[in-house]
Amino acid sequence: MSANQLALWYLVASVLFILALKGLSSPVAARRGNLFGMIGMAIAVLVTLAITKKVAFILIAAVIGGMIGAFVARRVQMTQMPQLVAAMHSLVGMAAVLIAVAVVNNPAAFGEHDPLPGGNRFELFIGSFVGAITFSGSVIAFGKLAGLGKMFRLFSSAPVVYKGQHPLNLILAIVMIGFGVAFFLAEGKAWTPFLVMLAIAFALGVLIIIPIGGADMPVVISMLNSYSGWAAAGIGFSLNNSMLIIAGSLVGSSGAILSYIMCKAMNRSFISVIMGGFGAAEGAAAAGSADKTVRSGSAEDASFLLANAESVVIVPGYGLAVARAQHAVKEMAQKLIAKGVNVRYAIHPVAGRMPGHMNVLLAEAEVPYDQVFEMEDINGELGTTDVVLVLGANDVVNPLAHEKGSPIYGMPIIEAHKARTVLVNKRSMAAGYAGLDNPLFYMDKTMMVFGDAKKVVEDLVKALE
Amino acid sequence: MTGAIDPTIVNLVVFVLAVFVGYHVIWNVTPALHTPLMSVTNAISSVIIVGAILAAGPYETDFGAILGAVAVGLAAVNVFGGFLVTQRMLEMFKKKAPKAEKEKA
Repeated sequence: MSANQLALWYLVASVLFILALKGLSSPVAARRGNLFGMIGMAIAVLVTLAITKKVAFILIAAVIGGMIGAFVARRVQMTQMPQLVAAMHSLVGMAAVLIAVAVVNNPAAFGEHDPLPGGNRFELFIGSFVGAITFSGSVIAFGKLAGLGKMFRLFSSAPVVYKGQHPLNLILAIVMIGFGVAFFLAEGKAWTPFLVMLAIAFALGVLIIIPIGGADMPVVISMLNSYSGWAAAGIGFSLNNSMLIIAGSLVGSSGAILSYIMCKAMNRSFISVIMGGFGAAEGAAAAGSADKTVRSGSAEDASFLLANAESVVIVPGYGLAVARAQHAVKEMAQKLIAKGVNVRYAIHPVAGRMPGHMNVLLAEAEVPYDQVFEMEDINGELGTTDVVLVLGANDVVNPLAHEKGSPIYGMPIIEAHKARTVLVNKRSMAAGYAGLDNPLFYMDKTMMVFGDAKKVVEDLVKALE
Repeated sequence: MTGAIDPTIVNLVVFVLAVFVGYHVIWNVTPALHTPLMSVTNAISSVIIVGAILAAGPYETDFGAILGAVAVGLAAVNVFGGFLVTQRMLEMFKKKAPKAEKEKA
């Protein structure tokens, strides 16, 4: 196969990748899109195999990896998706680093000049350091998301902060770039600056992720998604491979947009998320709440209100995902629908532990997606809703977001306070992630149902029988 | 203006245009499918496997070729894992009459 033919096949694959992403604009088109993606990948791999010499050797590696991937894809639980995605980011990063090392070792294998020209070395430097940061950062993110904090302190889901953290990271970044420039300027293979640069990049990946934790994880995971794409694009530059550049750029911009959406939904700037340390003083109830009274009730009281409502909107939050109560919620909703209640779900963009996580959790529980609404689509209807049931959410329904001067002013919220009656399930009166008191809990029309989300919802199901 | 265009410039052109395409395509993704988006982008960025195949490809199996083979394995985990888990998630969104709503988003 000529280089031109190869490039044309790669073009076909690139277009198929774009179509795969385009399909995700609706659930129906998405399945066809995914198929396009698979076909694109098959084309890319097959035409590349056709120009290599040791097909069997490569296929063995691919089959081993493919079997592991297929096994994991089949067995993973939907609650574990954030960890899985983090693990996958780390693999992309590591693959980028390994390829970069192989290019330095033997540029001729990639059709490059030996020794590698300066321009390619510069691109290789970018691709490999982004890859290294993606790898080690994603490993830390994986540990945090999988809750391995007890095994290893750096995996702690609480932010790890220490004095001089940011200056240290900055110095390391400058030193890393210094070695990268040395690699770029050096003659021949220049292993020393290249490997030192890589080692610093691996360390940096760990250091920039450990201070970020708690509810900021959706941003971290989107950010690493973006990095993994830029790493692939960087490798594409150094190999002069348009398909890799296109695929990498698509993924890079996708991750960047998701990070932006997540930051906006949390009313946080990207910089402040990266600086980390937020939520370290979690659990401290805001001052001034002692003199206010809340009305609390049992699951039976709540079930009475729900069963007599005409319309119910369920607001599932992080707490629901933690308690893994989504199947119980579905069961409860079915019971209500059987009684003629109009049940819908309102999803805040940062509900769950990664972008869109709550939608997948509800879909897994077989909640029909036409009952599930995005925040902006349902907010207008909450004023005429009889009961809003808030499950394990706090800041995303805090009406303080509408009050000038409050720390969360401007944050988009689900306007639960507009409903006729509000039921809130929480484990305690502790403040949410933003450390703020929530006036919603003290409203006359609000009834609190304390307890673990799963336990409470199961009690509701029983009470509805 | 004489001489051939440097490949880096060509790469840059491709890169900038691809970022534009990515920007517009991704904003059209419905928020309900952001998790499948992340898993499928993982699979797509694993097209880096073609670089790994080239690394593993030369006649003599030196350490670079070994690293290449390892990279092929790692990327293959993502290629299969990413597409299959995306498919699995999208199947969940199929259950119960998928009527043509969701238009307003």
